[in-house]
Amino acid sequence: MSVPIPLLTSAPLELVDVGQRVHAGFPSPAQDHQQRRIDLNEVLILNPLSTFLFRVSGDSMVDARIYDGDQLIVDRSVEAAPGRIVLACVDGEFTVKILQRHRGSVFLQPANPAYETIRFCEGQELTIWGVVTWNLRQILHDKVGRS
Amino acid sequence: MRRLALVDGNNFYCSCERVFRPDLIGRPLIVLSNNDGCAVARSSEAKRLGVKMGQPFFEIRHLVREAGLIALSSNYALYADMSQRMMDILAQYAPRQEVYSIDESFLDLTGLAEPGVTISERIRAQIEQWIGIPTCVGIGSSKTLAKLANHVAKKEAGGQASGVCDLTVLPSAARDLLIDPIDVEEVWGVGRRVGAQLRAMRIGTVGQLRRAPADLIRRRFSVVLERTVRELNGEACLDIDDIAARQQIVCSRSFGAEVTQVEGLVDAMTEFVAKAAERLRGQQLLASQLQVFIRTNPFRTQQRQTSSALVIPLVVPTDDTIALLNVAILALRHIYRPGFRYAKAGVMLFDLVREGWEQRDLFAEADESRHRLMATVDGLNARYGGGTIRIGRTEARQAWEMKQTQRTPAYTTDWSALPIASARPRLRSTPKFG
Repeated sequence: MSVPIPLLTSAPLELVDVGQRVHAGFPSPAQDHQQRRIDLNEVLILNPLSTFLFRVSGDSMVDARIYDGDQLIVDRSVEAAPGRIVLACVDGEFTVKILQRHRGSVFLQPANPAYETIRFCEGQELTIWGVVTWNLRQILHDKVGRS
Repeated sequence: MRRLALVDGNNFYCSCERVFRPDLIGRPLIVLSNNDGCAVARSSEAKRLGVKMGQPFFEIRHLVREAGLIALSSNYALYADMSQRMMDILAQYAPRQEVYSIDESFLDLTGLAEPGVTISERIRAQIEQWIGIPTCVGIGSSKTLAKLANHVAKKEAGGQASGVCDLTVLPSAARDLLIDPIDVEEVWGVGRRVGAQLRAMRIGTVGQLRRAPADLIRRRFSVVLERTVRELNGEACLDIDDIAARQQIVCSRSFGAEVTQVEGLVDAMTEFVAKAAERLRGQQLLASQLQVFIRTNPFRTQQRQTSSALVIPLVVPTDDTIALLNVAILALRHIYRPGFRYAKAGVMLFDLVREGWEQRDLFAEADESRHRLMATVDGLNARYGGGTIRIGRTEARQAWEMKQTQRTPAYTTDWSALPIASARPRLRSTPKFG
């Protein structure tokens, strides 16, 4: 049984454990083990103070399954280590790429063979804005009313 | 000895904008007040162009074309969110914190083991890393000295490290050398007007004010300024205020006849704001935030019920009726819905700060004349009865058409306004194939 739940990004989203029949007010022996409902804010945002949301424009990261229109959760307090997908500032613009390091140079690698890697050398300026931790993609685009 | 730190964001509104607009870094940038009227924040490049704090935009508009100046409207939602993050980060550093304004926080570091400079550098690094806002930290044995230390920290090579100044670890001679030459207007609690009066008494610097006899200051000015003098001499008279709730001024009324049209509410709100502002000026306070509320009569159960309120933080703390009215009417129009019989409305001014103690002293020429106007209005109302002089309806009608033509998106508070992460090719390079 699935129940439509409106997604409010400013409020905690409560997911009901589908494996259990829920009767409001009825105690259940399983309740002690379950405790609080899953709170997506806690799952997706480990450090609210340093976490921000961005929207993707373009397709240079499709091989990493990041598509145009996706929403990215970006955390500025996470270390920008090689191999991680980062949000970087290049020429005054935000860009999402894979961070790589090799022999003293830093690279911003796309995930799409049609795009080229951006390379930075000693003395050149690259700013890593934050590290991408989650990708949020909306599946159902609600255009009609609910029954 | 007490050890109080004052942490504040550098050119805070400009810095907030630059977090989401890295293309604005290094360029002359200003943020405009309500109604796009005057500059309330300036980047260092804009300061170098000669833009003054509080300068009306029409005076500097030519710099847009001539010097590439960028002027943005205030983005309240963004600044409030970034401020909350900054204050929550700072809360971890000391057992007691006082959030003084949207970008300033006092911290009580008394009794903590680490040197002030070490703590300060960690604070600056963490805030820069987590939210991208540059800050300065000043530490002193009183709040007034902490503020002064912060002022020193902002100068090139002012303190012990870039953006940090701890007065409590300096020998008194070195400390005096650092703070005595500072202009007296820079002292917290001394605005332009008190500064002019002090200068008339040949007190023009911190050093001179420090040495002024306490009873003379108390007699000629107030016990408040005397306290400032004692604070300048190292005595902590003002404590960290842990109390979250601040005082407020409320003006509201239940209507004799219910109001259904927004114009009726606007008339009422105009009156409430004027009265509340008058009380504000009478106490020599400025409001940093404003709330409007409207509601139906809950006892008329057969009617449709509604109760709405909206809080607007003011970019600049003010006691000016027109400025407050601009904001209040805008908020009112935002929450008003037709089809209800409104029975009560009101305005609440809160987050009140003492005049002269707000972060920015905005009494530039234009505001000085507005200030005299307000004083005259108050004087006439006091002499001939309240309401003798009222804000004209035409002025009020124009007042709420607040311009915000150059506002950036609400990046962190509006799902539809998220900043863009580009996954497109850069304009300069061409994509490779195969």
